[in-house]
Amino acid sequence: MIVEMDVQNDNQKVVVMIRGEIDIYTAPKLKETLFQIVENGAEEIIVNLSDVTYLDSAGLGVFVGTYKMICSRKGKFELVGLSKRMQRLFDITGLADIIQITSDLKGEV
Amino acid sequence: MMTEKHDYMEMKVPAKAEFIKVIRLTVSGVASRMGFSYEDIEDLKIVVSEACTNVVQHAYNEEEEPGDIMVGFMIYENRLEIMVVDHGHSCNFDEIRKGIGRYEKGQEIQLMREGGLGLYLIETLMDEVIIHQDQGVTILMTKFVHGE
Repeated sequence: MIVEMDVQNDNQKVVVMIRGEIDIYTAPKLKETLFQIVENGAEEIIVNLSDVTYLDSAGLGVFVGTYKMICSRKGKFELVGLSKRMQRLFDITGLADIIQITSDLKGEV
Repeated sequence: MMTEKHDYMEMKVPAKAEFIKVIRLTVSGVASRMGFSYEDIEDLKIVVSEACTNVVQHAYNEEEEPGDIMVGFMIYENRLEIMVVDHGHSCNFDEIRKGIGRYEKGQEIQLMREGGLGLYLIETLMDEVIIHQDQGVTILMTKFVHGE
């Protein structure tokens, strides 16, 4: 197993801690988990990426999909715990201007 | 003309998602030995994964057995050239290219693409990229060693 997720549910606010690598192989599992959380009626999802060691377009696509889905239900989506390196990926793809991102929450949720 | 001195290695793996990590580990090892910076190694891992992801997603039909991805590394003194080759049904790169690019602030959320960033990342993170389509697709990409 390359990617693991811990989900903490506090009323309608759900915090998802992801560990490992997110690529084309592991992205479907992540997508299933996040989409299910939205389906279950979460109003706010916070995804913590501080223990993610690799991320590429497959993962970015999942975050865009989740963001679209929760926005259509007037919910909130936030990414936290990004390393400087990972932040750069969101900057060059333009996602940093669209999705709410907090970089300096390493280890905290 | 004198041929520039270089080493060459290649690997062939099944065009399946679970093998992309193996290629990523290899490029990381090769680039690290060549003296690429940490940042550049991370970039190289991403672009190689994106090129291979493209093969896994587009090059072969779902009905048939997955073919192979061939990745070749031309290791020069000052640069790394990586070649990613598939022999599948050539996908239409012009079509893919139309759908690529960064997201723009203020765009309609529900119209945001959920894919198509791979080729954009390859072209953004590498110094030179050449895409050749014939029976399959070959992506040839180069990154220079800048050092730290």
